[in-house]
Amino acid sequence: MSDLLDLSAVEARAALDAKSISATELTSAYIDAAEQTAALNNYVLLTPDHALDMAARADQRLAKGEASLLEGIPLGVKDLFCTTGVATTACSRILQGFTPPYESTVTANLWAEGAVMLGKLNCDEFAMGSANETSAFGPAINPWQGAENIDLVPGGSSGGSASAVAARSALMATGTDTGGSIRQPAAFCGVVGLKPTYGRCSRWGIVAFASSLDQAGPFTRTVADNALMLQAMASHDAKDSTSSDVPLQDVMTAVGQGVKGMKIGVPREYVMDGMDPDVVALWQQGQDWLRQAGAELVEVSLPHTKYALPTYYIIAPAEASSNLARYDGVRYGLRVEAESLDQMYEATRAAGFGEEVQRRILIGTYVLSAGYYDAYYLKAQKVRRLIKQDFDSVFTTVDTLLTPATPSAAFAVGRKIDDPVVNFLNDVFTVPANLAGLPGMSVPAGVNADGLPLGLQVLGKPYDEASLYRVAGVLEQAAAFTATPTRRAGGAT
Amino acid sequence: MSVDKTTVAKIARLARLNVPEDRLEPVANELNGILDWIAELNEVATDNVEPLASVTGHALPMRDDVVTDGDCVDRVLANVPEGASGFFVVPKVVE
Repeated sequence: MSDLLDLSAVEARAALDAKSISATELTSAYIDAAEQTAALNNYVLLTPDHALDMAARADQRLAKGEASLLEGIPLGVKDLFCTTGVATTACSRILQGFTPPYESTVTANLWAEGAVMLGKLNCDEFAMGSANETSAFGPAINPWQGAENIDLVPGGSSGGSASAVAARSALMATGTDTGGSIRQPAAFCGVVGLKPTYGRCSRWGIVAFASSLDQAGPFTRTVADNALMLQAMASHDAKDSTSSDVPLQDVMTAVGQGVKGMKIGVPREYVMDGMDPDVVALWQQGQDWLRQAGAELVEVSLPHTKYALPTYYIIAPAEASSNLARYDGVRYGLRVEAESLDQMYEATRAAGFGEEVQRRILIGTYVLSAGYYDAYYLKAQKVRRLIKQDFDSVFTTVDTLLTPATPSAAFAVGRKIDDPVVNFLNDVFTVPANLAGLPGMSVPAGVNADGLPLGLQVLGKPYDEASLYRVAGVLEQAAAFTATPTRRAGGAT
Repeated sequence: MSVDKTTVAKIARLARLNVPEDRLEPVANELNGILDWIAELNEVATDNVEPLASVTGHALPMRDDVVTDGDCVDRVLANVPEGASGFFVVPKVVE
């Protein structure tokens, strides 16, 4: 069955159309794969009956010649997307037992295009984290192992998504990215991850973290698969007032279009102390590949880059503290009984939210509170504008930007760090795109000295995902990234 | 601007989060670590800079002021921790 698992989604679609495989066969192979890789803890819920039922219906449509974009493609869903009749917890104790009576727009779009749901994927609690270690279900594990065979984090917050796609226990997966939660785990697990332009995919039915930053996007093993999945996920949705009606470009064609004549910026501020030297070397290599493919590389400056992280750590917790006010023990999820209503709220929320989530709620409440609002929240919103203006300015002269995706490769599970700020540094290269609402993509481009995957990030203008896919297509071909993780389905687990 | 135990207790109350007495001091230290780091933003000159709340570049869309949903009490109450006769049940709030 391992050859079925090696097919890309584009190849699987062709094989399904040619009737050389069936959706049921492909789905069964992935159900087995997910069970085989259970030790990676990348799924928090497997839905095999549901998957086989969806696959049987896909086979009927395939037989009638009515196949849609993702007909018969088995995928995993980050446990942040509400799925009708299937438990959705945001990997938090506070949503224990919650079964949505409605479907998120993104997942509804995927099912309408014939995709098959394998189950719900692990993530950081309420998507707050960069290592998938804040999940109430315990950490998801990276299928890649370092030289010492120790368990590594898959990154986060969409760690289960990246881990499952890399381990071949899902052919593709949904993720969400508020500060790097798609691009950073994609880099750590050696897969392709896109955060589309803010507004490209509807946020309706996705458990909210920071509404002005949250954006859903696809995880896949190839760049072409990523473009295919984005087409299915993206839509204009009246139920999300920030959803855009700018039509999606022909991203499938863009993948093979090359970069001849493109101008690609290299921002000089995308360096930091303690950066893995292999990351620096790979960044240089990526520039060389693109130059050889006919692009013009130019150094550019984004002077406010170093302020992006502190800006993010005001705005994101502020919005989170407001969004998470809804978890009160009254309408759904966990409830801890107490004498008075206020005591019930306080006890429920203290028992239901984990440590990192509580810390962010407290920070957010503080920066929004009377007397501190101007000094923190308003200040951050002003710096946010300056960060966006930096990008607006460079995008008058270049088409895209090339940066490292992360300052290092994946690190060990349980790495003990007392200073929360050190953990935040994982997102140093990814956060600016969220603040500016830009599309960003992580492409696996090499391995470090320990054999662990590293990613390059491509950033683009709003609604210009096509240029990202052009650059990513060239990087993918030049890098010829064929390394596979040790703990994958069909391999050692 | 440094956060002390009293401030933590106050914001915990605003956030309806029960933070036990023995956790107030450690939480204050954690928050101060983050706030000290955030203070880096004070270096940035932001006079005459408009705050940015939305990056969409489009105005919020308007729709007709009509009812678009409803008549679904069962679905609204489907996940209720405690309910009765089509209502949410909470501890007594009126003496």
